[in-house]
Amino acid sequence: MMAALIFVISLTTLLMFFVSYCRSLMASSSRHVLSEEVRDVTGIPSEASGRDFRRVVQLLQLCPEEPREGTGLQAMGLYFALLNVLQKTVARIAPSVQTWADHEQAGCGYFAAVALDRRIAYSREMLAQQAEL
Amino acid sequence: MPVSVGLIIWYLGLAFELGFVVCSVARGSFFRYIFLNLYFVLALLSGAARYWALSAFGLRSDQYMYVYYYTDALLTIALFLALISLFSHVFGELGFGKHIRLGAVVLLSGTVLFSFGVVTQSSSRLSTTFAYELSQNLYFVGLVLTYILWGAVLKLRETRTRIVQFVLALGLYFSAYAASYALLNLADKFILIQYLSQALGCFLPLSWTLTMWRYTDESRIVPAQLVAVPR
Repeated sequence: MMAALIFVISLTTLLMFFVSYCRSLMASSSRHVLSEEVRDVTGIPSEASGRDFRRVVQLLQLCPEEPREGTGLQAMGLYFALLNVLQKTVARIAPSVQTWADHEQAGCGYFAAVALDRRIAYSREMLAQQAEL
Repeated sequence: MPVSVGLIIWYLGLAFELGFVVCSVARGSFFRYIFLNLYFVLALLSGAARYWALSAFGLRSDQYMYVYYYTDALLTIALFLALISLFSHVFGELGFGKHIRLGAVVLLSGTVLFSFGVVTQSSSRLSTTFAYELSQNLYFVGLVLTYILWGAVLKLRETRTRIVQFVLALGLYFSAYAASYALLNLADKFILIQYLSQALGCFLPLSWTLTMWRYTDESRIVPAQLVAVPR
């Protein structure tokens, strides 16, 4: 009984810290202005929407990884999936949750687009270095 | 748990710990985050001591058990100090440094005395049970303190990206550790849960290393974007 209680409490705090962690990742990339190319490729004008995330992730798989990227994208993928679950359950009863989840998913989309922008810039840099050699 | 998988996770953890120290030296932030570095240096030394005890005496020996539980208690104290140093970073500009140090000493002493009191009443194997009890209690205190620190970060509108990410990673680590510990008590026969608890040890050094590598001390974040519900 005690273990179950500890499990529920720790899972709640874990979820809270996880949401904040993902938001901090989104916040750190929100000031990045997307390049013209990425806007063209992804079809994101200035603000992303929740629908963009999966498409941008597919594009990301075509680019070599940038070393400093780390696990942020995986965390964001998990956050996106959690938001999807929320949209299919709680959001059906509470419309305000739907609006919030849409906004969050748009943030995930923008984060992925920024990652794509960085990967393209990194690939260019690598190619330029190879050309110099 | 198969030994090879356990060893791979262990080596990975050690690599990430070394990565943090190397990264903070390369970034010129070793002394700024001295307690975080001290924790990982101690973790590396503990890893070496455990490896020595494991190869010299074997997994089921008393010697390995003593080395394991006492290095674990030492590491938990070092992590507690790292957490207090994050408090100092957050509250430093408000001039609360002296009060934080005093509070940390009182809290640590209180936890040690409480653990000792619990163990003397219920155990015949005082030394190892004390180390185990102290670790568990300090982890609980750590989780509560991280929660308070996160509240302070939001309230004081902390903008330093590194500090924010360090605190969040620590909160995730403590919560996940507590959840896995509870899950292990509920269903210890599932091997995946055993892997999960061990793999969690890699999370903190990995996320702190990435934070150290990706951001500088000048990196800033908009505090309003951190709260899930806009105020």
